[in-house]
Amino acid sequence: MNSFKNIVIVFALLVFCASCYEDKTKPNYQYMPNMYESVGYETYGKMLDGIEARTPVEGTVNRGWLPYEIENTPEGKEIARLMASPLDTLKAEEHLVKGAELYTIYCAICHGNKGDGQGTLVKREKILGIPSYADSARNITVGTSFHTVQYGLNNMGSYASQMSTEEMWQVSEYVMSLKEDLTK
Amino acid sequence: MKKVTYRDQVSKVLGISLIVFLLFSISVFAQADSAADTAGGDVKKGKALFNVNCAACHNLKRKSTGPNLYKVEERLAEDEGLDREWLYAWIKNSAGVIKTGDAYANKIYKEYNQTAMTAFPTLSNEDINNILAYTAAEPTTPPPPPGPEAEFNGTQQQGFSNELILGALALVFGILVFMLVSVNKSLKQVMKVNGVEVEDDGKKLPIWKAFAKNQFLVLISVIFLLLTSAYFAYGWMMQVDVNKGYAPIQPIHYSHKIHAGDNKIECKYCHSSARKSKHSGIPSLNVCMNCHKSIAEYSGTPGVAPLKEDLAKGYTNEFYSAQIDSLYSAVGWDKINQKYTGESRPVEWVRIHNLPDFVYFNHSQHVEVGGIECQTCHGPVEEMEIMEQFSPLTMGWCINCHRETNVQVKDNPYYEKIHAELSKKYGVENLTAAQMGGLECGKCHY
Repeated sequence: MNSFKNIVIVFALLVFCASCYEDKTKPNYQYMPNMYESVGYETYGKMLDGIEARTPVEGTVNRGWLPYEIENTPEGKEIARLMASPLDTLKAEEHLVKGAELYTIYCAICHGNKGDGQGTLVKREKILGIPSYADSARNITVGTSFHTVQYGLNNMGSYASQMSTEEMWQVSEYVMSLKEDLTK
Repeated sequence: MKKVTYRDQVSKVLGISLIVFLLFSISVFAQADSAADTAGGDVKKGKALFNVNCAACHNLKRKSTGPNLYKVEERLAEDEGLDREWLYAWIKNSAGVIKTGDAYANKIYKEYNQTAMTAFPTLSNEDINNILAYTAAEPTTPPPPPGPEAEFNGTQQQGFSNELILGALALVFGILVFMLVSVNKSLKQVMKVNGVEVEDDGKKLPIWKAFAKNQFLVLISVIFLLLTSAYFAYGWMMQVDVNKGYAPIQPIHYSHKIHAGDNKIECKYCHSSARKSKHSGIPSLNVCMNCHKSIAEYSGTPGVAPLKEDLAKGYTNEFYSAQIDSLYSAVGWDKINQKYTGESRPVEWVRIHNLPDFVYFNHSQHVEVGGIECQTCHGPVEEMEIMEQFSPLTMGWCINCHRETNVQVKDNPYYEKIHAELSKKYGVENLTAAQMGGLECGKCHY
C-alpha cells in the first residue's frame, strides 16, 4: 500500500512540474534565447536609447508617401479646395472599393458609415460635433478632404501616418461619393 | 439655471428684481439680464444644436480647440462688454468680424493660434439663442440607472442557488457514507452470529518484499514507469517556449475590451501596418491622440452603470481616466491649455507575440491577401481587458491552419493561373494553403 502512495506522490510532482508555466505575466522558458532577443537590430528591437518605434531617417520618406506642398493654413485649404484628385479616372471603381474599405477602418468610427456624422463614437457620446459631409457651410471638395486627412482639422488628427498618399486620395474620393449620396 | 415651472411668475419676479438690481450695480445687471435670456431660449434644442455644430471644437467646461463656452454670453458681457448682437455676427461669420478690426475678435483669433472658426450662416438667431441658453444652463447629470442594483440581486440569487446545489450534494454523500458504514456493521454482526471466522495468517510478507520477488511484476512496472515519465518529460519539453496565455503587465493599462469591444474601433485603425507590412505595428502615440485629444476622461457606456466585477478589480472610471492622463504625460499633451509641451517620453510596451528569428511571418500576406480576420490567430481580443497571447504560435499550429484554410482566389488575378493548374492536378474545387505550397520548408524558414 505504501509503494502505491509513493507512486501517487511522484506522479503528482511530475504533473506539478509539467505545468510550470503558471505566472502568465512572465514569458515561458526559451531554448535558445538568442533567437528571440537577437544581437542584431530588429524591427521593434530596442535601440541604445531605449526607443523602439522610430521616425524615418531625416531626408527620407516612407515608400508610397509623397510630399504635399500646400501648407496647413486657412489659405492653404482654399488652394486645396480647387485641387483635383490625381488618381486614374479609368480605375475609379477600384479606387472607390478600396476607399470604402479604408473609410470603414479609419473614418466611419466617427463620421458614420454614410458620412452623416453619426459614427459609433458619436452615438456613444464619446466624441461630439462631427459634421455631415453634406454640410453646405463647409462645402467640402475632394481637395479639402485630402487636405484634412493629411493635416487633420480642429480635433481631428492627421491620418498621414496610417495611410499612404494614394490611399488618402482613395478615401477622399469615397468621401465625395458619400457626399453625393447625402445631398441627393 | 433652475428649471422654470411658472414662467410668468419668474419673469415678474425677475422684472421687479431687475429694477431693484439696476439701482445697485452694473455687474449684477449683466447677470440678471442673461438669466432672463436663458429663460427665453430652449435648452434642449440648444443642446442638440451644440452637439452637432459646436462640440467638435468647444467644450462647456474645458478649453478645447476653441474656448470653453460655459456661460459664455455672461462672461463676454462682463469682461468685454460685448452683447448678443456681437455673438450673432461672430458665429455667423467670424472671419468677417475679424476683418472689421474688432479688437476682441482679433485678440481671440491670435490667442487660439489663428485657427479660424467655421462660419455658420445657416444658424438663425433663434438657433443661436437656443445654443446660448444651453451654454448658460447648469450641466445636468443624468440620474444613475437602476442597472447595478438589479444585477447585484441577480448575482446574489446565482450564488445562493449554487450553494443550495452543493449542500444537497454533500447531504447525499453523507447519507451514502452512513449507509455503507451501517451495511458493513450489520454484515459483521451477521458473521459473528453465524460463527464465520475471518482467516488471518500472522506471518504475511510485507507488500514491497512480495513485489520484489515477483520479477515479472517488477519488469512491467519499470516499463510502465519509464513510459509515463517519458510522456511527462515530452509534455514538459514541448511546452517550453510556448507562451500561450502570456499576459504581461503593460506600462499603460490599455483595455482592448473598451476600445475594440465597446467602442467597436477597427483593429487596423491602430495597427494600420498590418495591412501592408510584415509587422503589425504597435501604434505610435499620435494615433491615440486622434481620439484622445477630445476624450480626456473615461465615462463608460452612456446610460449603463459599470459592472460590479469590474469595479471589484479596480477598473473604475477614475482608474481609466488616470490611464488617459499617463498617455498625456507620455505624449506631452497639456490638457488644460490644449497644447503639446514638447516633452515626451517613450512608452515601453511589453511585446507579447514574438517569433524566433528562424521563422518568417508576414502580416500583410495574411490580412490583405488572405483576408483572414485578426481574431483567427489573436482570439477574441475585443473581450480582453488585459491583452494576452491566444494562440500557441507553434509550427504545428501554423501547419494545421494551412492545411484547413482555402486560398482566397476571388478577385485575385495573381492566383488565377496557378489555381486552375493545381486544382486540376489535385482534383479539387478549392485549394488549401498547403496544396498551394504552404507547407514547403523554404516558405517560412530561410
